[in-house]
Amino acid sequence: MSVLVVLEQHGGKWNRMAFEAAAAGKMIAESLGVPLQAVVLGSAIDGLANDAARYEFRKVFATDNPLLARYTPDGYTAALEQLIRAHQPRLIVFPHSYQVRDYAPKLSTRFRKAFISDVVGVKTENDQAVFVRQLFQGKLSADVRANGNPQFASVQAGAFRAMEPGDGQAQIERFAVKLDSAQIRSQPEEPFREAQRSVDLTAADVIVSVGRGIKEKDNLPVVEALAGVLGAELAASRPICDNGWLPMERQVGSSGQTVSPRIYFAIGISGAIQHLVGMKGSKTVVAINKDENAPIFETADYGAVGDLFEIVPALVEEIKKSKA
Amino acid sequence: MKIIVSVKQVPVRDSLLRINGEGTWLDESDLSYEMNEPDAYALEEALQLKEKLGGEVVVICAGPQRVSQTIREALAKGADRAIHVQAEDLGPRDALTTAALLAAVLKAELPDMILTGLQSDDLGYGQTGVILAELLGYAHATIVMEVEPQGNTIRVKRELEDGWFQNVILPLPAVLTVQSGIKKLRYATLMGIKKAKTKEVKTVSASDLVPDTAPSALMERIYLPAHAKHTQILSGDPKDVARQLVEKLRFEARVL
Ligand SMILES: Cc1cc2nc3c(=O)[nH]c(=O)nc-3n(C[C@H](O)[C@H](O)[C@H](O)COP(=O)(O)OP(=O)(O)OC[C@H]3O[C@@H](n4cnc5c(N)ncnc54)[C@H](O)[C@@H]3O)c2cc1C
Ligand SMILES: Nc1ncnc2c1ncn2[C@@H]1O[C@H](COP(=O)(O)O)[C@@H](O)[C@H]1O
Repeated sequence: MSVLVVLEQHGGKWNRMAFEAAAAGKMIAESLGVPLQAVVLGSAIDGLANDAARYEFRKVFATDNPLLARYTPDGYTAALEQLIRAHQPRLIVFPHSYQVRDYAPKLSTRFRKAFISDVVGVKTENDQAVFVRQLFQGKLSADVRANGNPQFASVQAGAFRAMEPGDGQAQIERFAVKLDSAQIRSQPEEPFREAQRSVDLTAADVIVSVGRGIKEKDNLPVVEALAGVLGAELAASRPICDNGWLPMERQVGSSGQTVSPRIYFAIGISGAIQHLVGMKGSKTVVAINKDENAPIFETADYGAVGDLFEIVPALVEEIKKSKA
Repeated sequence: MKIIVSVKQVPVRDSLLRINGEGTWLDESDLSYEMNEPDAYALEEALQLKEKLGGEVVVICAGPQRVSQTIREALAKGADRAIHVQAEDLGPRDALTTAALLAAVLKAELPDMILTGLQSDDLGYGQTGVILAELLGYAHATIVMEVEPQGNTIRVKRELEDGWFQNVILPLPAVLTVQSGIKKLRYATLMGIKKAKTKEVKTVSASDLVPDTAPSALMERIYLPAHAKHTQILSGDPKDVARQLVEKLRFEARVL
């Protein structure tokens, strides 16, 4: 009855969230008094398994199979199903990565169990884990309890501080899986990036970022004026780019660019996690939002609660004055 | 090509969210609702595929009586018919429970493709499509940005992390979870709205369905998140706020 952490890797490199999930798993394993284990899946993964063994796991399962060389939901689900049936962990912890979103609900459904996704905290009560997850893109929190075992949960990016390697000497156990190429229905091609972007937001010193609070494309000059006086790059949340109001290359977030300017203005942006992961590294964050409960205020250093159509023009004037 | 689109009705964005007396779900009494945004994109993709290949677009939506408005909107945009799975208590349910209800209905439909939104704006599980695929035995792909039909297979472009993409070929039938922005959304035309009134909406009661799973997770309590960070909140009239902000940025944060 262990806690099992799925350590995600791509082409021999760890996903940076892998050891955040491990940290969450460790905390839960300790409070439940059960051993912490990890699993690495892939092909030719000895190096990764040895690296994982340096961390505080009791045991690291190495699931090595040529059919796992490239990720497919069918392959990963079948492999983890076999491991879970053989070793019966009580809880399996994943990072909430795009890959995990792609197969973990399928895996948990094999066991007719719910998958508790995108967890930001865990409490233990009466020898049971209670998971905290966000609703309404971070505006509300919920306590969720799973019944029966095994349980499945994924951890939101940044919610736990990543586990550091120690001088641990976890036991490595090879776990052979039976896979048949006929089982694997999807044929993934090589991952690729789109053509070179013409704007590099990652190098920007000041960014003025605009969200759906701007309401219409025709209102963009309001924020462009601010970017103008600051000599800032203009950026946006996803819906602005989805609507074609600004080009995709100006999108900040998990599917856009990751930026770390000296100052980031989030204007009419609610602060969904997929946006936050792209700008959390900014030195100073200023949020302007009419909703005082908007999650962006949790990340901001300075918050102005009010109508952006009033505050932004006033701010432009003040900055002009201060420069004069 | 027969395409099913699953569409959810969610509270209007920027609604004032009030928690019910028991702290278990929202006080729904004065909420307004709209179509979950990613589902509008899933519907758009389905309609464009149908325009190219012919066939049928069927919308499925589970929820109480009020969802019939969202169903009508989908029909007005061009869906051919709809299935309403009537269920009163889906609000805080886990994704497996809802997906099992949808699967119980869809297994008789034998579609070529099921398109779902990537994620619901209220519960935000991002799971229903993947679970549907597993329950129905279909292949699937998530976070889909492009769909290219090729006879008995489809080639889809998936979004990966950090600006990476990947094309994947899938056999049909398949479930795709559609990312927002896949195509430009259409508006319903007056003609469409008129026509929608004549289209078939089949109603199935959730209590008549026998999903092959029982709820395995319980949302015990919902609440406002605790504030962890000490953000300096500036208030007053806009001019005053602007003046304070510039001062802070210059002399405190020293970034201006
Ligand atoms: C897999 C996946 C990947 C994603 N990738 C990204 C990504 O890379 N980048 C990204 O940004 N999102 C991404 N998203 C979407 C993300 O979840 C949110 O939906 C999105 O960030 C919301 O954008 P927003 O804050 O502009 O809009 P909303 O959430 O609608 O927020 C608008 C805000 O404006 C405020 N507002 C309205 N009017 C005014 C006014 N007059 N004055 C002041 N404030 C006002 C409102 O109070 C609200 O807080 C992704 C989602 C998924 C599922
Ligand atoms: N009650 C519902 N009725 C119809 N479709 C739904 C329902 N709940 C979820 N879905 C679909 O599943 C997608 C993902 O939802 P979720 O897994 O809750 O994030 C949504 O975008 C919808 O397409």
